[in-house]
Amino acid sequence: MGGKLFRNFSFLSATLSFFILVGIFAVLFTYAQDAMHTFGLDFLFNEQWEPGEDDEGGIFGGYIPIVGTLLSTVIAMVIAVPIAMGIAIFLTEIASVKVAKPVSISIELLAAIPSIIYGMWGLFYFAPIVQKTVGGNGVGLLTAGIVLAIMIIPFMAAITRDSMNTTPPVLKESAYAMGATKFDVIKDVVMPYSKGGIIGSVILALGRALGETMAVAFLIGSVMHLPKHITDPTTSIPVLLANNFAEAEDLELSSMYYLALILFVVSFVVISLAKFYFFGRKQR
Amino acid sequence: MTFKKIVTAAVAASLALPAVNADELKGRGASFPGPVYKAWTSDYFKATGKKVNYTPTGSGDGIKSITKRMVDFGGSDKPLKPGKLDKKKLYQFPTVVGSIVLAYNIDGVKDGELKLSRAAIDAIFTGKAKFWDDAVIAKDNAGLKLPHEPITVCVRADKSGTTFNFTYFLNKIDPTFKVSKKPTWTAAKVVAGKSNSGVTANIKQIKNAIGYIEYSYKLKTGLPAAQVENKEGHFITPTVKSFQDAAKYATWTPEKHFYAVIGDPDGATSYPIVAATFILLPREKTETNKEVTAFFDWAYKNDDKAAADLGYVPLPESTKEQIRKYWEAHKIK
Repeated sequence: MGGKLFRNFSFLSATLSFFILVGIFAVLFTYAQDAMHTFGLDFLFNEQWEPGEDDEGGIFGGYIPIVGTLLSTVIAMVIAVPIAMGIAIFLTEIASVKVAKPVSISIELLAAIPSIIYGMWGLFYFAPIVQKTVGGNGVGLLTAGIVLAIMIIPFMAAITRDSMNTTPPVLKESAYAMGATKFDVIKDVVMPYSKGGIIGSVILALGRALGETMAVAFLIGSVMHLPKHITDPTTSIPVLLANNFAEAEDLELSSMYYLALILFVVSFVVISLAKFYFFGRKQR
Repeated sequence: MTFKKIVTAAVAASLALPAVNADELKGRGASFPGPVYKAWTSDYFKATGKKVNYTPTGSGDGIKSITKRMVDFGGSDKPLKPGKLDKKKLYQFPTVVGSIVLAYNIDGVKDGELKLSRAAIDAIFTGKAKFWDDAVIAKDNAGLKLPHEPITVCVRADKSGTTFNFTYFLNKIDPTFKVSKKPTWTAAKVVAGKSNSGVTANIKQIKNAIGYIEYSYKLKTGLPAAQVENKEGHFITPTVKSFQDAAKYATWTPEKHFYAVIGDPDGATSYPIVAATFILLPREKTETNKEVTAFFDWAYKNDDKAAADLGYVPLPESTKEQIRKYWEAHKIK
């Protein structure tokens, strides 16, 4: 009796998460209908975001926030991937346990800092540095990208380290016995063996960078301008949604649901890819 | 065991939180008058024991939530036209007058030193002037060393009544500028922040930035603000006195539910960017409306000081009398 109850309960919990996912998709899709019918796929390539007189009607396009989201994420990934890989290799292959332990712990702690703290730190401390060294306003694509990179590095490094740690010592020792250098071992044994986990960690970090709201809202400048230069301010999908959701009505609100749907689909595809790679690794 | 205790304590604490009080009046809307409403509600509670709760979320939200009857009263910096009020079945009246200042962050230029002519303001916010040493700005600032640095314009990221009132002023200078709660800015370097505090933080952080913020945010942060050329061609420093001079030129008509934007007032000593803020009431709720008007009546009578201390201009006695008559005419006093 108790066992059956427990079985049903856990079954319910498991299916619930599936229904929530489908439910969110359905809600986004329904509310986005208005904008989808009005703008169709042109929405993806239209730069305008102009509410009409007295908040009725207007022309909305998602091009700028979509580009802003992609560019800030690309900048973050370009910076974060090599650094995170370096950290993971250092921790698993080079550092002694005495060094690796505290570094590992501090990296895990970094991953736990709430994003708004990164945002505040970025605006009040980091933005003036960027303005002085690179130019521009201080807030913009580059600042947002760098702080995003700092946010996802610990996350990426931790997962990559874990998957590198799964390389059987026998393989490495055999390679060393054949006369391979440390670099050869990392390049030809450790990296190929943990490839699935590394790609998975990169894609999960990518998913996080795409959806990050608070830190980016502080740093990207939140303007509906297409950036011409890397330090120019622009906006991203989550930032646009956070700033305007409370005030929007009718068609503008529907356009925001359309944007949310786009972000949802992109993130969903990204996470599915990551899962696919993780599974690929386990089956091997 | 201790975990259990903690959970029990947390549950008990959350149950002990004050439940929604039926007697409490709830309002939501404009963040521009947020500080003065906060002072008024707490003074009112001390004086009468009655609770009024105002959440400064933004004018757009205020209009939306009172239209949907989610609150007892809504706040908006943008007055609604009489036709719109009839459609949404709302009453409307002003509470205080506030002002918008142009705050800046330029090395070596102190508070009140920068003089901005109407042409200079237009040039900065439309992007015609790209550098601080542009002739149109330098012309009136012979004594200042303005840097050859690009101007960053700080604006609002959200729809805002402050922006509505500021663009209303810009439109008076340059009719091609569209009045809007969230216009498309054409200046070369624009950075947007959420709410008055977001814009204030941006100006503070970005060198060679300028932006429009509510006066009380300037008072709080000590950011330097410019003298602005008014309609009659005088440069006016933003002070409570120059706001009061400006507020005298507002013409209120109760028949139109006080629909009026002060905008760019006459007067040699008037600061040119002032704006009133409004309260919206649902027409059918006579009983709660009486409680809301009782609160504002109390504030009009007893708490001008709190408004003035925060940098707002209390309404003149004659306007208050007009509002009281308006309440009586609609039987909500």
